[in-house]
Amino acid sequence: MDVEDIELQLFVRAMQLRHGYDFSEYAPASLKRRVQQLVRTHDAGSISELNSRLLHEEGFVTRVIEGLSVPVSEMFRDPPVFRTLRDKVFPVLASYPEINIWQAGCAHGQEVYSLAILLEEAGLYERSRIYATDFNDAALAVAADGIYATREARDWSRNYIEAGGSHSLSDYYSARYDFIKLDKRLRRNVTFFNHNLVTDEVFCEAHLILCRNVLIYFSNTLQDRTLGLFRDSLVRGGFLCLGTRENIDFSPAAAGFADVDHALRIYQVGGAGARPLVR
Amino acid sequence: MTTRQAIVIGCSAGGLTALQCLLPGLDPRLGVPVVVCCHTGSADVTILVNLLGRHASLPVVEAAERAPADPGVIHIAPSGYHLMVEPNLHFSLSVDEKVAYSRPSIDVLFETAADAWHDGLIAVLLTGANSDGAQGLVAVRHAGGYAIVQDPLTAEADVMPLAGLEAAGADACLPLDAIAARLNELCLP
Ligand SMILES: C[S@@+](CC[C@H](N)C(=O)[O-])C[C@H]1O[C@@H](n2cnc3c(N)ncnc32)[C@H](O)[C@@H]1O
Repeated sequence: MDVEDIELQLFVRAMQLRHGYDFSEYAPASLKRRVQQLVRTHDAGSISELNSRLLHEEGFVTRVIEGLSVPVSEMFRDPPVFRTLRDKVFPVLASYPEINIWQAGCAHGQEVYSLAILLEEAGLYERSRIYATDFNDAALAVAADGIYATREARDWSRNYIEAGGSHSLSDYYSARYDFIKLDKRLRRNVTFFNHNLVTDEVFCEAHLILCRNVLIYFSNTLQDRTLGLFRDSLVRGGFLCLGTRENIDFSPAAAGFADVDHALRIYQVGGAGARPLVR
Repeated sequence: MTTRQAIVIGCSAGGLTALQCLLPGLDPRLGVPVVVCCHTGSADVTILVNLLGRHASLPVVEAAERAPADPGVIHIAPSGYHLMVEPNLHFSLSVDEKVAYSRPSIDVLFETAADAWHDGLIAVLLTGANSDGAQGLVAVRHAGGYAIVQDPLTAEADVMPLAGLEAAGADACLPLDAIAARLNELCLP
């Protein structure tokens, strides 16, 4: 066995035994790349050196979580997804007196604000509560600030229009120097908090769960377990939205979800049309 | 001699034309998966998949998350994600930061494929206007894989093959129209 692969296994054990983080069911290829990246950012000679710091250095685990988390996101990424949420899912949500939305793996919050804007424009924001969770506290802090580099935000206005936005994205932020700051009114019904999809439980009855490009980092087993967690969190007829290239065909728990729009990975729990299981 | 188990191909500027020349030359009995990372700059790789499928001798599909790297099939990396090969020889995707200004990145595909197939891997670096793939080629050769670089003189853009040669060298540096034949030779029993 390759020495680095042994070191990686020890890293996973150290995270688990010392800090209670379980990465054993993350897909190995990208986990290895992230850990190698950590070795470089912390000027460590090897993964073993990281392991030693993980065991002995107070607070180092936080830096490691920040390095393993991939808080890369955009506003209105894949505009047709947001347009379809607005056109097909919102009309159903509108029938509930209170709407609970869980955005799992919210990263720097770009999708939280995207959703908030669309809810606002659909007249549903007042009765909505958005639970935005991630296991990276630093990312949650950025998300709560809602400040982004102008350079990053260049494509977002066009995405917003393509997603069916009815104003101009600039109505929702103030621009300063190299940054834009989103209107803080957009988060008056948003709660940001730490939740680890691997170890934490169901915490609300959700009508819509948005979890895009998070499960792609998980093994089939962990993907299946997390889909089970989502199924248990959703009300009957509740919706789940995943990333547009995610594949749930190998998950037994996916049998509980019916396609609303297959290409855009929007599903509905329960009801008719449970998915056939492809093996 | 090592048995060759998989082929990975990377290209960028000029890549479509190069792939249209290379892929039809592959022997339909080629019993290994072929995985292609081509920077297209477009949001949807379906167009590329359809264009290449028209003339290729093997089926061309978009590489699907979690699906196995099936032999005898040409898998194309989707746009906007890094395509990786897991140790169990299934595909995975990530939206990690761009590598060498690219996502999908050839380096990411080559490095993870080298980890998965070791010396059973053949990597082909074609035309391109940036140096993505050079580090990947280093990993492939380090793992004992076989590296083919398109002769820069025959490349529409020579930056990529030159960077590959400089960083890793190659087991073969071939004009574009000779690459398919070499792949067939290496893979067919
Ligand atoms: C690539 S981002 C997805 C951002 C956004 N949903 C999108 O698609 O643009 C992945 C996020 O998942 C989070 N994540 C990874 N593993 C997690 C876990 N076990 N529990 C909660 N969040 C996790 C990471 O911290 C990161 O912020």
